[in-house]
Amino acid sequence: MDDASLVITVNDICKRFGALQALDHVSTTVKRGEVLMIIGPSGSGKSTLLRCINHLEVPDSGTVTIDDIEVSERRGNINRVRADVGMVFQRFELFPHLTVLDNICLAQQQVRRRPRAEAEERATALLEKVGIPEKRLSYPTQLSGGQQQRVAIARALAMQPKVMLFDEPTSALDPEMIKEVLDVMLDLAHEGMTMVIVSHEMGFARNAANRVMFMDGGKVVEEGVPDQVFSNPQHDRTKLFLSRILH
Amino acid sequence: MTPRAGELAPASPANRSLTMLRRLPIWLTILVLVGLFILYSMLTGDYLSTLKFLVVGVRLTVISAVLSYTLALVLGLIIALGRVSRNLIAYNLATLYVEIMRGVPLLVILLYAQFVVVPGLSNWLDANLHTRLLWQRNAAIAGIIGLALGYAAYLAEVYRAGIESVERGQMEAARSLGMSYGQAMRHVILPQALRRVLPALGNDFIAIMKDTSLLTIISVSELTYYARQEASRTFQYFRTYNAAAFLYLTITLLLSLGVRYIERRTSGGRR
Repeated sequence: MDDASLVITVNDICKRFGALQALDHVSTTVKRGEVLMIIGPSGSGKSTLLRCINHLEVPDSGTVTIDDIEVSERRGNINRVRADVGMVFQRFELFPHLTVLDNICLAQQQVRRRPRAEAEERATALLEKVGIPEKRLSYPTQLSGGQQQRVAIARALAMQPKVMLFDEPTSALDPEMIKEVLDVMLDLAHEGMTMVIVSHEMGFARNAANRVMFMDGGKVVEEGVPDQVFSNPQHDRTKLFLSRILH
Repeated sequence: MTPRAGELAPASPANRSLTMLRRLPIWLTILVLVGLFILYSMLTGDYLSTLKFLVVGVRLTVISAVLSYTLALVLGLIIALGRVSRNLIAYNLATLYVEIMRGVPLLVILLYAQFVVVPGLSNWLDANLHTRLLWQRNAAIAGIIGLALGYAAYLAEVYRAGIESVERGQMEAARSLGMSYGQAMRHVILPQALRRVLPALGNDFIAIMKDTSLLTIISVSELTYYARQEASRTFQYFRTYNAAAFLYLTITLLLSLGVRYIERRTSGGRR
């Protein structure tokens, strides 16, 4: 547990939604700089696992530790941990009443207590990084899906997180916009950002992921380096799933 | 080809004039005609003295409406935050308040305010006999507090509907950035919720304007109070209540136009 290279430790978590056992004794660790990709059929618990990491979903049992701080509902603790964990949602979830710039500045000012000028400076630099500096004064609804998702990534990065979580970041995008988002994610991975990604972008997995985890029925079925999992899956369930998505 | 549901029938001349008729604000035309009629009667002198007598009451009608509505806006927001809270105490207190206030007639609430709340409040605030008497004599204060207490419940439900109409993901996104529940509510949820319920809030302002007429029962000298006095003095019921209705309509129609303007700006102007 004292291994300094561990960022996330998920220890034996369970989560049940009514009759559905979404997570069934799942444990894993993510090292600093590692890019972990979680795949699996819908309802396999991959999104729930991701949401348990920053406690958007509270596990019924088990613990999640981020940089030796246990993520818990204890007052104050949860906000501090979440500020260090960026999250990107399938449906972007930009704040529609704020400009792109204000979207990126809000949490910096409210949570990190940065002065407006500093927050704006960082926001502008990040917009540059994700390739849409000219949209800083636009409202989210004036942007394409791909642009919105890139702003959402910039918004999360502005908090200087230790980890980035991506929950199906390209699933709500038109096909021609997927690449621009994946390119930004690829850059992040190359810069050494620790990332946990729920996605079915196999090309991205081969290029950027250090490890692929296949989940089914709330359990981790198998995991390994992408090449091994994709070309030589050990379990029948994984084989079946891959054969269906890798046409 | 038969027109599908929702499609307009092909435009024949008869149809076209019907469409034009539909666009014409007939209700407004009738209203203006009635207004002109009353204006005409006024010039003949009968109505003039009535209106002169009644118009004094307009001041207190408007003042009580504005003050009680402002109070209700604040109180209603606090109650709405309780209604959507996961804190059991806050939720139950707020729900209890809403259920009680919605279930008791406004008139009864006003009587409570006059004979229970305000005497109690003045005792608690100040033991000085002189001020206490002043408070108790001033029925308008009781009326404003009573209206505010009652309307806070309605406004709370309006706010709540707005808050709950904002997608769950907005709260999650804000929280995932490390914002506290309060920060997320204030900076992300409420601005969106308020924009959506602005027209409904405006409607309740019009409603409270009319409900100030209930204050007459606790002897607040507002418009209806003056109307009743005038009617019992002159026995000209038709003329007096016509004049009162005319004055109420003038106020509420102006407000209604204002609400329409806000509605258009928030829905049409919304990017």
